[in-house]
Amino acid sequence: MPLPPLPESAIVIAAQAVDWRAAVTLAGDALARSGAARPEYAHEMIRMIEEHGPYVVIAPGLALAHARPGPEVLADGLSIVTLATPVSFGHPHNDPVNVVLGLAVVAPGEHLAAVAALANVFNDSHAIEELAAATTPAQVREIMGVAA
Amino acid sequence: MKIVTICGAGIGSSGILKVNAERVLRKLDIQATVVAADIESIQEVAADAQVILTSAEFVDAIGATFADVIVVDNYFDTAELTTKLEAALG
Repeated sequence: MPLPPLPESAIVIAAQAVDWRAAVTLAGDALARSGAARPEYAHEMIRMIEEHGPYVVIAPGLALAHARPGPEVLADGLSIVTLATPVSFGHPHNDPVNVVLGLAVVAPGEHLAAVAALANVFNDSHAIEELAAATTPAQVREIMGVAA
Repeated sequence: MKIVTICGAGIGSSGILKVNAERVLRKLDIQATVVAADIESIQEVAADAQVILTSAEFVDAIGATFADVIVVDNYFDTAELTTKLEAALG
């Protein structure tokens, strides 16, 4: 599968979040609005970080929030939240975070094409700052190379 | 050769690490199978692995292993991956 579509409901620009939990919750809420996950999926994503630490901050400024496939996932989906004020996840190298991606995956084996597409976008080291600076959903989609 | 990428869920971040490790290995002309897995299955999946790629958070949980454990800071920085894989495999 290529990257899932990014409808308006899955994009939040210049959001306010008091801490990383609030930022991940925004990404989860966006997945719920777009129909990719139930609202409880946000808790699952937070629980992964509480359990394993801030490893989801996989590049400077970028968190890839996700949990396992499960009953909270309704469809493959992606959400993007950019933060007006960056938040710290407690990562040794990649804090602070100003772009949070929410990822929901139905079946573990089939997500690698989507993840490869994500790598294509972000292997360009400017993509994160471009996303952080985007002011419209259309700009976000253009950087991600996906349709609505 | 077998390389295992580890994260909490076995999807997402370990998948990105797998995809980018395969890209780097192709450039380095190194033949290897790269498997993405979650931390719970580490003992089973990594038993015959030469290299484990992961984040600093999982090093303690990986525990004793014969594999080289490589900590990756920026999952999208193929230059960092290239340097670290070359150092481990070269």
